Amino acid sequence: MSLVNIKIEGQPYQVEAGLTILEAAKACGYEIPSLCAFNHGECNQGSCRVCLVEATGARGLVASCVYPVNEGMEIKISSPKATEARRRSVELMLSNHNKNCQQCDKNGQCELLHVAQVTGAREGVYEGVHSETHIDTLAPGLVRDTSKCILCGRCIARCSNAHGMGILGFENRGFATFVSPAENRSFVDSPCIQCGQCVNVCPTGALMEQSEIAKVDAAIKSGKHVIVQAAPAVRAAIGEEFDNPVGTPCTGKMIAALRRLGFEKVYDVNFGADLTIMEEGTELLNRLTNGGALPMITSCSPGWVNYAEYNYGDLLPHLSSCKSPHEMQGAVIKSYWAQEKGIDPKDIFVVSVMPCVAKKAEKDREQLVTNGNKDVDAVITTRELAKMIRRAGIIFNRLPDEDWDQDIMGDYTGAGVIFGVTGGVMEAALRTVYFKLTGKECEPIEIKAVRGHDAGIREASLDINGTTVNVAIASGMKSAKVLLDEIREGKSKYQFIEIMGCPGGCINGGGQPYVRSCFMPNEADDILDTYKEKRAQALYSEDERQVLRQSHKNPQVAELYEKYLGEPNSHKAHELLHTTYAAREGFNDVK
Amino acid sequence: MAKLQEAAVAQITEICDRHKDDKTPLMMILSDIQNEYGYIPLEVQELVSKKTGISVAEIYGVVTFYSFFSLTPKGKYVVGCCLGTACYVKGAQNVIDKFQEILGIKPGETSEDGLFTLDALRCIGACGIAPAVSISGKVYPKVSVDQVPQIIKELKEEAASA
Repeated sequence: MSLVNIKIEGQPYQVEAGLTILEAAKACGYEIPSLCAFNHGECNQGSCRVCLVEATGARGLVASCVYPVNEGMEIKISSPKATEARRRSVELMLSNHNKNCQQCDKNGQCELLHVAQVTGAREGVYEGVHSETHIDTLAPGLVRDTSKCILCGRCIARCSNAHGMGILGFENRGFATFVSPAENRSFVDSPCIQCGQCVNVCPTGALMEQSEIAKVDAAIKSGKHVIVQAAPAVRAAIGEEFDNPVGTPCTGKMIAALRRLGFEKVYDVNFGADLTIMEEGTELLNRLTNGGALPMITSCSPGWVNYAEYNYGDLLPHLSSCKSPHEMQGAVIKSYWAQEKGIDPKDIFVVSVMPCVAKKAEKDREQLVTNGNKDVDAVITTRELAKMIRRAGIIFNRLPDEDWDQDIMGDYTGAGVIFGVTGGVMEAALRTVYFKLTGKECEPIEIKAVRGHDAGIREASLDINGTTVNVAIASGMKSAKVLLDEIREGKSKYQFIEIMGCPGGCINGGGQPYVRSCFMPNEADDILDTYKEKRAQALYSEDERQVLRQSHKNPQVAELYEKYLGEPNSHKAHELLHTTYAAREGFNDVK
Repeated sequence: MAKLQEAAVAQITEICDRHKDDKTPLMMILSDIQNEYGYIPLEVQELVSKKTGISVAEIYGVVTFYSFFSLTPKGKYVVGCCLGTACYVKGAQNVIDKFQEILGIKPGETSEDGLFTLDALRCIGACGIAPAVSISGKVYPKVSVDQVPQIIKELKEEAASA
């Protein structure tokens, strides 16, 4: 690593060569305001012009997010010329913005408002026409409102980096430019998988999740039995919304908060995750011994299922027929639980708290209706839960640690917890498959080869009683595509594949708290590189703390089979816990 | 989504293959499609996306950025009214307004009979004969508002006799 000598505001520093001025300044303790730059140029067009500084050797002001440092460079951030230019850039952006901050759900986490305050942007300096507004509220997961868009291009870059898809793009030119799926279509009329990664990077409120808080309010008001279930990844990140360090596990406080928000029962989706492993593990063993499409691919991630239905209709038989854990659990609540409690399933309203916006679309699938009842009625994201907690005046960090409701669906194992991170479903499944094939527990319990916290493909080979099982894990559709094309070409060497829609898995889902260094003064500079690992660690540590760490050891899941379902993959289990898929056209006919 | 005819698929595929070794083939492919297929609807963009690996959104962005590319079929006669500075001060706005009035279409649109597409052009370099109108390659000099009905009538007759 070679170093260069630079000066910032007259002070000498040594920094890594090749850094942009923005990155070098951050390393030296200066935060230059910026909007379009995100995570070492992952999203970076140099388009917003908010990070302008003076630098020797350059003609005029330079955009620090794209301009590299070089030997002897003197940088001025605070010169009147630079500060005025930065303020003007923001003022120009605001001149074509709806400035409806009070009604905006992004308020408090809006980077545009942040830079407006930091740069001292004045109100109403540039008045004039606004470009035409385009609003898409048709998608169950996502909302797009171009009146808040600053055309930074972050969402376009993330969509293409994570998935190689590029659903979003710039349309038209000049003042008429806006960001949208082709033909200004709704997300639902395009091959968008509604993963929500674009929402995670949008600096303003232009891209948001479709809020379902009002639906939950209405259900509670109606006097229904409102049952809430929370996914594993939520506990690993909800603390960030209340200024806890990234990676703080907040399971106990989250449960306490849910109870105070008026939910009748508070359950862990991990029960459903354990159930998923019983069903999916059995399905895999069946396919291995009795024939069936191999490799079998996991089906927990609705973003991934959307991608498969749009792009790989021919490979749908490879998907496990298992519903995702929260849908399984919803179906069990409205059947077994309802029967045990003597409640009419029609009077039950199931709310899932998810790190995901694609789950909002998933819950509306016609294939996820059992005996006339939707398995799950509403899905709120980690961020929406935090909003509800704040709205209720609950001081999250002062809550006691409480435990899940322990009646007939309270038990869960460590295997369920790790579902929230890429490789986790695979590890949980292998723990149980190993036991089923050998009659012994897998030692050590941890199968480190399948672990990770990022996009990219991992593979492992396991010898189970003389049978070699080859497995692969991918997250983000860019990686998944590689594995899928192999299957299509008949070259796949795997028996079992785990695919998650978001890079890193659910811990990095589209409904998780925003990770923005400008709002996290106490986190290290590299938080954008490390937050996934930290959240993953929160889940792995919870797994380690559990006494029971294999799904087949969950006593209440065993009881459910004994009393109600019979055995895994039984007729009854199929009725409640399995689903179907159908190929879909990406750009459907809307004209 | 309407399916492309087999012949169209073959034609677009051939155009994409023509440029498969280009470093940045998109502009060349789209130009050829515009010239040879006549327009670039979404179905065609999807096929180009499949052949090149470039996302539909990006292709759509390029098609809507350049006014040379068209999402809808152009008419038999593309009426390009120059609205450059010289033509404008010589009354080109009135000329294009007259075309709009008679044809019942706005700039960028095509008449229902498929005969006329109206385009507003920036300077076409014919300032000496302003206001100039270029119709499918033929340039009409010093066009006055009064001439517009006659020009349209002649083109309609030409189309009918062809």
